[in-house]
Amino acid sequence: MFRTEMMDINMGPQHPSTHGVLRLKLLLDGETVTDTDVLIGYLHRGVEKLCESKNYHMIEPYTDRLDYVAAMYENLGYVETVEKLMGITVPERAEYIRVITAELQRIASHLVWLGTHALDIGAMTVFFYCFREREILLDLFEAFCGARLTYNAYRIGGLPWDVPPGWTDRVRHFVKIFPGRQQEYDTLLTKNRIWLGRTKGVGILKAGDAIDFGVSGPCLRAAGVSYDVRKAHPYSVYDRFLFDIPTGENCDTYDRYLVRMEEMRQSLRIVQQALDGLPAGEVMGKVPKRIKPPVGEVYHTVEGPRGELGFYIVSQGEDKPYRMRFRSPSFVNLQALPHMVKGSLVADVVAVIGTLDIVLGDVDR
Amino acid sequence: MISDNIIRNFIIPLTQVLVILGVASGAVAYMTLVERKILAFMQLRLSPRRVGPHGLLQPIADGIKLLLKEDITPDKADRILFTLAPIVTVIPAFTALAVIPFSGGGTFQIFGYQVTPWIADVNVGLVFLLAISSLGIYGIMLGGWASNSKYPMLGALRSAAQMVSYEVPFGFSIIGVMMLSGTASMVGIVEAQREAHVWYFLPQIFGLFVFFVSGVAETNRLPFDLPEAEAELVAGFHTEYTGMKFALYMLAEYTSMIVVASIVTTLFFGGWLRPFPNVEALGFLNLGLDRIHPVLPGYFWFLLKTFLVLFVYLWLRGTFPRYRYDQLMRLGWYWMIPLSIMNVIVTGGVVLLLRR
Repeated sequence: MFRTEMMDINMGPQHPSTHGVLRLKLLLDGETVTDTDVLIGYLHRGVEKLCESKNYHMIEPYTDRLDYVAAMYENLGYVETVEKLMGITVPERAEYIRVITAELQRIASHLVWLGTHALDIGAMTVFFYCFREREILLDLFEAFCGARLTYNAYRIGGLPWDVPPGWTDRVRHFVKIFPGRQQEYDTLLTKNRIWLGRTKGVGILKAGDAIDFGVSGPCLRAAGVSYDVRKAHPYSVYDRFLFDIPTGENCDTYDRYLVRMEEMRQSLRIVQQALDGLPAGEVMGKVPKRIKPPVGEVYHTVEGPRGELGFYIVSQGEDKPYRMRFRSPSFVNLQALPHMVKGSLVADVVAVIGTLDIVLGDVDR
Repeated sequence: MISDNIIRNFIIPLTQVLVILGVASGAVAYMTLVERKILAFMQLRLSPRRVGPHGLLQPIADGIKLLLKEDITPDKADRILFTLAPIVTVIPAFTALAVIPFSGGGTFQIFGYQVTPWIADVNVGLVFLLAISSLGIYGIMLGGWASNSKYPMLGALRSAAQMVSYEVPFGFSIIGVMMLSGTASMVGIVEAQREAHVWYFLPQIFGLFVFFVSGVAETNRLPFDLPEAEAELVAGFHTEYTGMKFALYMLAEYTSMIVVASIVTTLFFGGWLRPFPNVEALGFLNLGLDRIHPVLPGYFWFLLKTFLVLFVYLWLRGTFPRYRYDQLMRLGWYWMIPLSIMNVIVTGGVVLLLRR
């Protein structure tokens, strides 16, 4: 007479909290998730293939469109990969400015994560606070390179321009005011009982599983693995700065929250040191007009806000890459989602999507 | 010639109902604007300010927009229930206004007839309110079910569980007030607070807490807005609703908010009474309105207190994340119900001791 049925429910691609065109097929037992199917590809543009028909300068704007929330890192990873392939040395000033803008970008990206994550869980106000600070950062980026989202800010061999006059003072001002602003998010969330209830013990991803899935970035560090490309394989001038790698213990959403919050503080520390040590001089190295890397292949990674961001280029000595491949952290991290939400409630799925901090442009490429 | 009887028993109540319905609908419409203004103030952004000065005509524009929207009934929906559900929700919400004493301390003299500032003073007013407020949930359940869609159904299930759970502490928390005042009449409770020389929020602080929390849960507002949690269930039970039917749901929600705020005011904050109503020296608090008519200051104080309670509603929305389904249940059954029962027992004991 009575029977229970599993319910298939489609979450996305049009859903308020799948952060883009992610589609999840959930198999629900009541409100408990028993199975998850992650369906991606709604934003696939074939960027990797496109790159094969563009010369090296023309590829950089494409990298902006991968992880559009942290485009500076896509730029940085790409130009450094080509520089590594060609053995170009970048002037110090350019390296420092790259570090400053990249770390500011990490803060901006984490602010988007915090705002949307909190909004998914229902805390509306945090979102607006985060975007207030992000606005300052975007203004800084706009002053630096003219764009607010897709920057195309670096060039192979250095930077297209030096920073505008007064820019470093504005950054210093931001470094000064930001800790106070971060305190405000802390007050709203960190010790909030509802927030603790919604994030503690939710979406557990143990260190072993995280490594098996290839998860990197804050999600890996929250599982207690102290792996950060900036420390493990220092690129650019990161070996000159003092900063800590925050790690978590409980592998849950709350720890990932704490890790990212601390990362923002550490980024601020790096920006401060880079500003203090900013050398004078040129911002563009000696680079041939036509970029023609030697025959060979190269893989280079940088630590993006979402995790390890890798670029693989096969060159056949032409002005276009023979093969281009991106290791996008969002895509790799997303694989852990079914594992993390198994047995939890629908509300937790939303929290886990938020804590993975995916960008669909990065997932689908 | 209309007989005196018809006027007294039919025309006057009807006029009262119409006036209060009109005022309440207007209040609900402007409540949406107030909510947006206050949230905007908390969230450092601008609120609607294009329609009319400071956006004051925004509710009217919203109303026209909702009226003009296409009224969609999904193919698979149960047409009758789908149409009925919003109506079933909105009627109890407005009915509850019938027993709320908006002011007191006198009556209006209109054409020689005595007109009370409330519609009805039922001797079981509080019980009536409890009964009526529980009915609203049927509309939500029906709507979620009749949509024949998955997200609305989840929303309906959640709201059914939530409202049933919070109905219990909601009921228990007012028993303390009834014991203190010795009456279930809303007017009687306010009068009892005048005689007791204290508003009941002091002796009934736990009752107030439980009542308010359950009230927020009953009206599906953050942090308990699970049935319509937009981040999870798209829009919960009203996902499939458009146009005027959707507007009816919103109307019901905001009316329920106003009703709960009015009940909080009446039960715990002395209703229409000004602060220290028995101290003659504080008569200036009536702002001279009592010289025009003795009922007027009551309106002022009632509205002010209700607005403050509503402000707390919005404040909660601006501050808290949303509870999860199981946590909400745990809060209700493990904390709210025991706390309200404790409150009943302790209040009962104290009342018994004092009477002796």
